[in-house]
Amino acid sequence: MEETKVKVKAFLSRFFRKSEIADDDDIFALGFVNSLFAMQLVMFLEKEFSLRIQPADLDFKNFRSINSIVELVERLKQPA
Amino acid sequence: MSSGSAIQQLAGREAFRSFAERYIVHEADRWDSEEAIPQSIIQQMGAEGYLGAVISKEFGGLELDMKSLGALSEEMGRACSSVRSLLTVHGMASIAVERFGTAEQRQKWLPLLASGQTIGAFGLSEAGAGTDTKAITTTATITEEGYVLEGGKKWITFGQIADLFLIFAKLDGEPTAFLVPRTTPGLSIDHLKGIFGTTASMIAELRMENCLIPHEAILGSKGLGVPYIAMSCLDYGRYTIAWGCVGILQACLDACLSYTSKRETFGTLLKNQQLIQKMITEMTVNTKAARLLCEDAGRLKDEGDSQGLLATWAAKYFASISATKAANEAVQIHGANGCSRDYPVQRYLRDAKVMEIIEGTTQMHELVISSDAYSLSDF
Ligand SMILES: Cc1cc2nc3c(=O)[nH]c(=O)nc-3n(C[C@H](O)[C@H](O)[C@H](O)COP(=O)(O)OP(=O)(O)OC[C@H]3O[C@@H](n4cnc5c(N)ncnc54)[C@H](O)[C@@H]3O)c2cc1C
Repeated sequence: MEETKVKVKAFLSRFFRKSEIADDDDIFALGFVNSLFAMQLVMFLEKEFSLRIQPADLDFKNFRSINSIVELVERLKQPA
Repeated sequence: MSSGSAIQQLAGREAFRSFAERYIVHEADRWDSEEAIPQSIIQQMGAEGYLGAVISKEFGGLELDMKSLGALSEEMGRACSSVRSLLTVHGMASIAVERFGTAEQRQKWLPLLASGQTIGAFGLSEAGAGTDTKAITTTATITEEGYVLEGGKKWITFGQIADLFLIFAKLDGEPTAFLVPRTTPGLSIDHLKGIFGTTASMIAELRMENCLIPHEAILGSKGLGVPYIAMSCLDYGRYTIAWGCVGILQACLDACLSYTSKRETFGTLLKNQQLIQKMITEMTVNTKAARLLCEDAGRLKDEGDSQGLLATWAAKYFASISATKAANEAVQIHGANGCSRDYPVQRYLRDAKVMEIIEGTTQMHELVISSDAYSLSDF
């Protein structure tokens, strides 16, 4: 869990260099998000954690904050 | 990369090139004048498996890696940008079904798309919405029988013959993707003629009036349309177009090397004139640079690296601008012959210009690439 969070934060820091984001901050509300970012995030998660994010999980609420991204990754990492 | 896969990729390129030489290169100008490519070439590409280039083997596709897909796009682009456009839009529809479709949708459509029995097209743009994708006004309304589409799509490549349209419409105000077969009642298709470049790409305008599709025709879920589905398709399209531009660059270079080695002015061959040599130098180096940028994007994509997205924007930006410049100079080098339909360079110029408009205009690329540069900087 902690390790996942560290990796997610490291990825996000590339996009949010000029502001510190807290684990529960709504990154959409902060206004940084566009379609390109959303695709980059999905690709990063899939490669970094060797997962496949299915269309049903491509829901903005799963990517709203660091915590929700980590929750999604942890859930998808569980064997089905 | 293993030497085995490198050899396979090389063999693939040779096969793509000889197919293009045999069936396309010598016909492309005629198709350009006739504003259509014949059904027979589509069938031949289907038989070679090219229409299933990106589809998984499980569904009858070739499942090419990105490097091989690049070689296919380059060789087709070198021969005829309209043919390359068919592979692009058909591939965009295919990857959307494969990535975002349900098991039933994949089973139903992918084998047909892979064999070319079904031709796919991509319907996002409208008369009033191009770059600004949020401005689309086509709507989808859910009813007991299915979704009812109302609106129109414009500039749809190969819309004149496509069997399956990937249509983006607003469902409760949210952009959503739908799979719409050509035969759907309420869908009408007008041929658009006289398009300046990729003239044989059989462009159409679609009208949807009380166009009813079943509930199962939704691809992905509500709101997924533009942010993920369209953007994934456009990324794929952008990558193949970037490689197609490398093909245009190579075609310009080949045409100019040949022409300047035969044409004499002032008692010497054109190739001995230093101002000509300068243009040849720029064409040579830009072709190489564009190919390297495309290879970089392809490698990152094959690795599943998210940096591959930006690398694709960079590759298409450089390759499309360079193709327009090279084609412009190729016409110049050919003089009056360059303006004549007896030589293909005027087609290259018209096609190259289109590449600066589709899958994100040059200006959109400048906005995206510069904004990424700033986000990476400390300023
Ligand atoms: C040959 C051809 C084939 C096509 N095939 C398809 C297809 O198969 N499917 C499909 O959906 N669409 C297709 N299109 C449409 C294409 O995607 C659009 O033309 C493209 O997105 C640009 O949109 P537009 O033409 O409405 O230009 P606009 O969006 O109106 O832009 C006009 C000009 O303004 C510039 N501009 C716009 N916004 C900004 C800004 N914020 N800052 C600076 N400059 C700006 C643009 O760069 C452009 O130069 C095709 C187009 C062509 C020409």
